[in-house]
Amino acid sequence: MHINIDKIRTVVIEEVIEESPSVKTIVFHDRLSSNAKPAQFLMVWIPRKEELPMSVMISNKKDHAAITIRKHGFGSTSLFEKKQNDLIGIRGPYGNYFRVSKSLKNPILIGGGTGLVPLIRLATVLSKMQRRCTIIMGAQTQKEILFKVLVEKILNKLSTNIIVTTEDGSFGVKGVVTDALKYILKKEKFDMIYTCGPELMMKNIYNLSIPYSIPIQASLERYMKCGIGICASCCINDKLVCKDGTVFNENQLSELSEFGKVFRDKSGRPSYY
Amino acid sequence: MLSIDLAGIHLKNPLLLASGFLGISQEIFNRLYHNGLGAIVSKSISVSPLDGYKGPTVVSVGEKGYLNAVGLANPGADVFAHEIMNNQIPLIVSIVGSSQSDFPKLISKFDKLNILGYEINLSCPHVAKMGMEVGDDLDLVTKIIKTIKSKTQKPVIVKVGIGNTDILKLASKIQESGADAITAINTIRAMAINVETGMSILSNKVGGLSGIPLKPIGVRCVFEITKKVNIPVIGCGGIFTWEDAVEYILAGATAIELGSVIGFEGLKAFNEIKLGITRYLEKKNCKNIKEIIGLAHKY
Repeated sequence: MHINIDKIRTVVIEEVIEESPSVKTIVFHDRLSSNAKPAQFLMVWIPRKEELPMSVMISNKKDHAAITIRKHGFGSTSLFEKKQNDLIGIRGPYGNYFRVSKSLKNPILIGGGTGLVPLIRLATVLSKMQRRCTIIMGAQTQKEILFKVLVEKILNKLSTNIIVTTEDGSFGVKGVVTDALKYILKKEKFDMIYTCGPELMMKNIYNLSIPYSIPIQASLERYMKCGIGICASCCINDKLVCKDGTVFNENQLSELSEFGKVFRDKSGRPSYY
Repeated sequence: MLSIDLAGIHLKNPLLLASGFLGISQEIFNRLYHNGLGAIVSKSISVSPLDGYKGPTVVSVGEKGYLNAVGLANPGADVFAHEIMNNQIPLIVSIVGSSQSDFPKLISKFDKLNILGYEINLSCPHVAKMGMEVGDDLDLVTKIIKTIKSKTQKPVIVKVGIGNTDILKLASKIQESGADAITAINTIRAMAINVETGMSILSNKVGGLSGIPLKPIGVRCVFEITKKVNIPVIGCGGIFTWEDAVEYILAGATAIELGSVIGFEGLKAFNEIKLGITRYLEKKNCKNIKEIIGLAHKY
């Protein structure tokens, strides 16, 4: 049966996992979302509150998926406060996704905060393909480190290098992910960078990739209203993050003068990072 | 074959972007134009910026239909004028106001820029004191059009919808007041409720219906309006295929606007529709699209 992914599917929240004091993962049954590709997103309806674009998180239950939410503004806080058995609506999954070529040998995944969500879905793909990979996971403090145990579990059979950075040095490498990246790029050769997280972080990663000529795939985030390519709230130059992205490669990024600089606010006014 | 003249504007083809879709960024306008449109109509711009409503602002309904209540989100006249200051493509600026005094301010921001003209939004069905609430007041409509016409030499198009005032009375009034063209129709007030939660989906509860469900109503309006007035009419509402476009043109539309189709077919839809119209004209031995405008009135 053909399913129109634009129609809202109402799902029951089956489980709420506390990831950190400000981050929760909400698990629900939805086959379409469980089959989402890494970096695809859902438009999540919080009834009578807001609708938000959210990257699709994995779930260990069959035909289930999840979303990971950081309490921040009105909409995200409304979602954060949802409990088991509450109803939310979802549509999608939308957007393009991280590409993994068969010839890929040694990728590096770099993410900060909830930006790790698409990278975890990617890690499950790489794990199935038996690809060795390196992952750099950034957080502000030890308490805000997300998904460390989960990543260790997904990648445990492979000779994986998991690097955790904290800005205050309370765990792992002190500093931000780009500090760790700078160091490892001098020692090891990678054939793909996958990244998701704050845009300035991704811009710095992109800049670091250039002298080494490492291809990069970055999953961008923008304010979104429609998710289906009709409102342009998410535009970056002449591209729509919801339709042309969320993943852009190094060639596209080199042409996006607004990358790391400009995003549109709710009214469509350019704002600056 | 597809070129048209619309209220003194020459366009290479009759396909326009409907206001509200993708309409805030010059770089997106350029991309849309290079994907085959004859002209772009911007999002409706107000004097001050508007954030619009909280989500959901767009809901997919029925067979290829949308319900939207965006709340006229737009960057405001100053920022938008800056956005389009180096515009090089055929661009019509849609303007919206809550009072007569808003419109001279809007015209003053845009009139020196490289734009084709204006489309006045008198028919947004879901924002209080703007759009439809203005369009339902015939005296206010007259005042607004006369004010705008006194401030600009550029063509003024008025977009109408199905409100409380009879659309044909409104169309006559718009012509009498000196407007150069009419766009018919805007979205129609509508609603969707999620049955599991029992809650309305749009944050504004009520929005405007667009897409395929709208087409027969739009065709009827264009047919009846073009019977009543002499100024050109732009057809809008549920145009997804070349047949839809031709149907509107046969009903009397000089040009057509496309919107919802983008959500389902993407930007490739523009060239597909143009190709279909061209083949139709060839089949009917027509040299120019002008030959079929309003043909259905003959029968």
